[in-house]
Parts: sequence; structure tokens; C-alpha cells
Amino acid sequence: MLKKIRIALSLILFTLITLYFLDFREFLPHRLSFLAEIQLIPALLALNIVILISLAALTLLFGRVYCSSICPMGIYQDIVAWLSKRVHKKKKYHYSKAKTLLRWSVLAGTVLTFVFGFSFLLGLLDPYGAYGRIVTHLFRPVYLAGNNLLETIFTSFNNFTFYKVSIYTLSLFSLVTALITLLVIGYLAWRNGRTWCNTICPVGTILGFLSKFSLFRIRFIDEKCNMCGLCAMKCKASCIDSKNKQIDHSRCITCFNCIESCNRNAMKYTFKKNANEVPAYTYMKEEKPVNESKRRFLSATLVTGLAAGKLAAQMTSHSLLLEEAADDLLPKRAFKRQTPIAPPGALTFDHLQEKCISCHLCVSKCPSHVIKPAFLEYGLGGMMQPKLYFDHGFCNYDCTICGEVCPTGAILLLTKEEKNHTQMGQVQLIIENCIVYYDETSCGACSEHCPTQAVHMIPYKGMLTIPEIRPEICVGCGGCEYVCPAIPHKAIYVEGLRSQNTIEIEHEEVEEIVIDDFGF
Amino acid sequence: MDRRNFLRAVALTGAALTTVKETDAMSVLTQSFETADATKKYDLVAVMGGEPEAMFRKAIAEMGGMGNFISKGDKVCVKPNIGWDQPVEMAANTNPKLVAEIIKQCFDAGASEVTVFDHSCDDWRKSYDSSGIEEAAKKAGAKVMPAHQESYYKTVSLPKGRSLKTAKIHQAIVDSDKWINVPVLKNHGGAQLTISMKNYMGIVWDRGYFHANDLQQCIADVCTYSKKPVLNIVDAYRLMKTSGPRGKSLSDVVLSKGMFISQDIIAVDTAAANFFNQAREMPLKNVTHISKGEELGIGTMKLDNLNIRRLRI
Repeated sequence: MLKKIRIALSLILFTLITLYFLDFREFLPHRLSFLAEIQLIPALLALNIVILISLAALTLLFGRVYCSSICPMGIYQDIVAWLSKRVHKKKKYHYSKAKTLLRWSVLAGTVLTFVFGFSFLLGLLDPYGAYGRIVTHLFRPVYLAGNNLLETIFTSFNNFTFYKVSIYTLSLFSLVTALITLLVIGYLAWRNGRTWCNTICPVGTILGFLSKFSLFRIRFIDEKCNMCGLCAMKCKASCIDSKNKQIDHSRCITCFNCIESCNRNAMKYTFKKNANEVPAYTYMKEEKPVNESKRRFLSATLVTGLAAGKLAAQMTSHSLLLEEAADDLLPKRAFKRQTPIAPPGALTFDHLQEKCISCHLCVSKCPSHVIKPAFLEYGLGGMMQPKLYFDHGFCNYDCTICGEVCPTGAILLLTKEEKNHTQMGQVQLIIENCIVYYDETSCGACSEHCPTQAVHMIPYKGMLTIPEIRPEICVGCGGCEYVCPAIPHKAIYVEGLRSQNTIEIEHEEVEEIVIDDFGF
Repeated sequence: MDRRNFLRAVALTGAALTTVKETDAMSVLTQSFETADATKKYDLVAVMGGEPEAMFRKAIAEMGGMGNFISKGDKVCVKPNIGWDQPVEMAANTNPKLVAEIIKQCFDAGASEVTVFDHSCDDWRKSYDSSGIEEAAKKAGAKVMPAHQESYYKTVSLPKGRSLKTAKIHQAIVDSDKWINVPVLKNHGGAQLTISMKNYMGIVWDRGYFHANDLQQCIADVCTYSKKPVLNIVDAYRLMKTSGPRGKSLSDVVLSKGMFISQDIIAVDTAAANFFNQAREMPLKNVTHISKGEELGIGTMKLDNLNIRRLRI
């Protein structure tokens, strides 16, 4: 029964969060963003005390229910393990010793690098973030292709329920990372069930520590157990030592498969503390002698690597700057964005880097398709974090969806009013590339799209008008950059800002104009 | 037969002789020609002072009713301006009430199907929604089609075009029997004004080409497309006088309560431009795509030579 509840709950939550990532037509209510908000690392970064206390309480009461039913990566592994079992009917799990050192080293490394401002590792290992990337970069294209297939069929019958969507690779690096994550974790799950959760996953380690103290837990009933070992064979966490009738509760993810498998009802999920229970494996003995120097070495390596990477990034950007200066002399020139554009509400690059785990929910949900994962634009630590680009569209002036969905508070929720005044970047005009300038024909596409008229048309030769910019009232939406038809190089683009500003928009009085004649 | 009708007949015969394939356009023109004989037909109807749907009802009645333009069983495409994610009050898009009334009258005239679309500039889902047109059109029984992907467009040739020789035009127009052009009157940073002719830019896929290859000439060129709208209905219930075509705030908008209808796209845009000139100075000579269109022979700017009906509600 417990197992059935667990499976039902897991499948519901897993399906909902996956569909929430995939749903590009906003069929699902926005409120489903809570599925991302209740994930541990996002709640931690958002400092969502209510959720943190609830998750801690849940684990202290019932064990790692989070890992079995809330974490989408956990459920993904269960699905893989289940499939593996369908293929290998005689598949058995075996008890294995806890990889305590490894677990805590990974956790320590993650925490240390995060504290030193390198949040990439946390983003890479957080199970929710990693799953989000898998959905965004691997499942979503398939979902969109399915939509397009349906569109072709329906449209051929003159029914426009479906509409076509473009499918393209957002970022090779994130795609490859997602693919490797999917394959590695999938492979581990296929072989040994929840290995990843109990060796690498930092969330698993934290909750594993808490679940050692959980009130409800699976226990052996000594007098009924004949040590047949069936439970250990079913334990995908490999945490049941049936010979010694011991369960490593730090690794038990409360899947209840063992209880279900026991023929003698010798296992129970109970509250009552068994008096003669030997204390569960303690970490202290194993941990103490070995890891201090090792851990220091590990973190030192990481920190050095980080510093070197940052230096390298600075050097490359510097050399780019020099190249750019040389290009200045040429009549038409390509623009090169020096500073990436962070999504509206990301405040500063530091804020983004501190909070973002690159789950790519904003990337999936952006209706204008202007958010994609960065490569090295933010530096090494900001790899895969969201940045704006305008190849397929521009940021809608009134849209605040990225902030609404962001579970970590990396992109703050803005009101429409706040969004309208948030400056993510500033417009730059390269007049020598402009069509009005070199062709002397009308254009004005940039100004057309400008919501604040930071790009406006002023009189030029004859009846022509030419763009003029006011970067101080530019929001950086990229409408001008997206639409600028100048070839081969655009004449207008947006330069990002390390720190977002608030712009002042002059209030214009409504003039009373009465027209009471036809005028011809 | 007066001189104007004689001239038109001569022009028509000429057009018929030079192009063989223009059967659609022909039938439309001959039809209007016939009705001109049957009732006292106006070339252009201008209405002021009413609500959008009331002004349209008056205007179309003066034109002899929708039945003059739409036949039984026609597949009709109504093409409003749905370019922007802006609310009705901003006048960035055609008034949804007007669109709904046109659709209704098309069905009343026996249309078998009415399709509505626009190649939006802002995100099309948001533009269709915020403009209120998707909802109004669906309620009136029309099909609302997407236009955000190249696959919805078909290549047509424009032999009379100067800068633009071919264009990809939305299938809803290419496959229709009749289409109705329903722009909204606005200022435009690049083209100076956007009215009926500029509204053609929402039926094509590659707008960037227009901007990069003499925008004003391309606008005139695309209007030479053989399948001409049976009606151009200019919504000037509200007009955007500044910061067009998107608009910044309500200070850009004037509640002008006007409407202009004609089969002659040059004439109707000339009339609307003169109307606009009262809200903000906009010399007709600056809106060069209108005169370029006249040069290409798609209509006349000489309003004095036309039979114009002016009405007030």
C-alpha cells in the first residue's frame, strides 16, 4: 500500500513538473511553478523558510520522501531502474557499503565552491536543475516536433488548433551537459538503482543525514525475519544489510519496495523505536582519519581552477576588446556584444550567479524565445546561466514570465510596471551600417519596435528620417537589434549591463485634439 | 456614361489585354463596375462621428452593401492590423469591433468561410490576444490563422514591382476568393504613415527585405499583387499620431472617430492621410509610398476627380 501511494504520488509530480517545463502554450496554470519552488536547492537559494522547514520536517518525520517522490531526477532513476528490471527479469540489488567519504567530499566541494562564488558545481549537481536541463534540451525538442506533426495533420484539415513552432539548439554546451547527465545517471540507475543519489547528489547527502534521525522508518521485526535477503535484493538504494538486519537510513529513500517484497511481514514502517536496534552506521569512524587533507586538497584544486578560469576569461575578453578597436576604422562593422544581457529582474551578474542553478525553466518558458544558456559570457562560474539573445525574437515589453517561474529568486518577480522600467542593457547605434545612412532610403524598423522610443526617427536628408538613440531610456529588449534588416552587419544592438538600472520615463500629458472635419 | 467611367472602362480593357491570368482581379473590378451602373456608386465613402461598427454599417450601405463585394460561397480573408501587443485604446491594432462587424457582414453576404490573420511584429500570441481581435473574430465565426512561420506563405510574382519582384504572401490570402484590407490609421517612424498600403506588410513573410531595399518603393510594389482587396476599410476610430506604429502611451492617441472605405487603395490612403494631417502635420508628399503607388497605376491620389460620399453620424 505504501509503495503504491509512493508510486502514484511520484508519477503525478513527475508528470506535472515535466509537462510544466514542456508546456509552451500555457495550458497549465502558472501556479504549477510551486513544483519547482518546493525543490530543496531552489528553496535554499530563494531562502524560502517555509519550504525549507517543511522539507526538513518531512524528512525528520518520514525519511527521504523528498528523494522518492518530489525530486524529478529521483523518479527518473526509478523509471530507468524499473525498465531495467523489465529487461533483466532476474535483476537483483545487493547491499553495498556506504560511500560516505565520497558523498561528503562532493557535498563539501559543492558548498565550498559555492561559497567562493563559483556556483557552477551546485548548478551541475542539483538534481532538480539537472533534470530541468534534460527536459529543456532533450525532451522539449521532441515535444515540439510532436506538436509540429499534429499541426501538419490538423492544418491540412483547415483546423488551426495547433501552430507550428521552431526547433533549434539553444546551446551546445548545455545540450551536451544534459545528455551526459541523462546518460550517466541513467546508466547508474540501470545498473544499480539509486547509486547517484547516495554517492554524488548533494541533496541526497543532506537529506540522508537528516533521515538518520527520522521518526518513521523501515525496521526489521526480529522474530519474524529469517534473513532470506529478499529485501536486500529489492533495495534499489542498496542500503539493507539483511545478514545483520541493518538498514542504512541515510541511504534509504523510503521506496517501500522491501516491505512489499517481504514474505514474512518482517519489515515495518513504524514510529516506535526498537530498543535493541543497533545504532545505524556512523560516519565518524570512517571519516575522521582520512579526509581532512584530501578535502583541503580538493577544494584548493577547485578554487585554483576557478581563479585560473576567470583570469583566462578576462584575458580573452581583453584581447577581443583590442580587436574591436581595430575594426572601428572600417566603414561597416560587425558588432560584438561585450557584456551579456541578463534576464529582466536578475539585478546584477553577481546576484544571478549566486542564485541561479541553471534549471532552464526560464529558457523553456520564455514566450519570445529570447533566453538561452550562456557559455563563457558570464565567466566560468556562470556557464549555462540564462542570458538574452535576439536571434529569434526580442523581450516582450510587458512580459514578466521569467521572473514568475524562476524558483530560486535569481530572476526576481517584477510587476509589469517594474518590468517597463527595468534596464537590462543599452542600445548602441552603428550609423555607418544603417540603411538610411548608406542607401538613403526609408527604414525605421528599429524605432518601430522600440517600446520607449529610446530609438526614434529624426529628420534626415529630404523626406528621410534616421534613427537617433537615447540609451538612458532603453530597456534593452532587443526589438531594434532583432528587426534591424541591415546586411551583412546590423546597425543597432544592445550592450548588456553588469548591474540593471531603473529608467525614468517622462510622463506625457494627453493633448485634447478634436478633429471635426474630413480634411479633404 | 461619364468621362470617369469611360476612362475606367478603357483602363480595364487595357489591363485585361495585357494580363491573361488576372481573372480574380478582373471579376472583382467588373463586379464593382456593374454595381456602379446599377446604383449610384461612390468611389470612396468617409464617415465620422460614430462607433466603429455603426460607422461601418453606414459606409458599407453607401457602397451598396456587402453583397456588392462578397458573393455566395466565397472564401474571404479579412486582414486587420494585429501587429502589436497593445490594448485597444492604444490604436496600435485595428479596432476589434470593426473586425467583428466586417466578418458578420461577410457571412450575411453568403461567405462560406472567413479567415483572419496578421504577420505580427510583437509576439503573435500576445498580439492576437491583447488586440482583442482573436476573441472578437472567433466570436463572429471566423477562423483565426497563425502567420508566424514561413511555411504559411506562398511565393507569388509581382511583375509590375520595381524593387520587389516576388514576395511570399500568406496562404490565407493566396487561397482566398476575396480579401478585405482593414488597416488602422497610424504614424510610422519609417514610412511616415501606415494605412492600407502599409498594411500589406502584414501579408508578406520577409519584411526585412522591404526595409533593406527601399521601403517606400517595396510597399508600393507589393500593392501591385494581382489579387487586390475587394475593399480597403481604414479604421480611424482612434488614430496614433506619434511614436507609431507601436506607440508609447495614451498621449500618442487621438479619438478621431473616422472611417474611410474604397476599392481604390491610393485614394483611400490619400483621404486618410489628409484626415491624419489635422491631428499632426503630415504632408502627403512625405508619405512617398502613396505617390509611388500612383505611379505604378494602382489608383489615384486626385480625390477631386472621385465621387466621394461624406457622412456624419
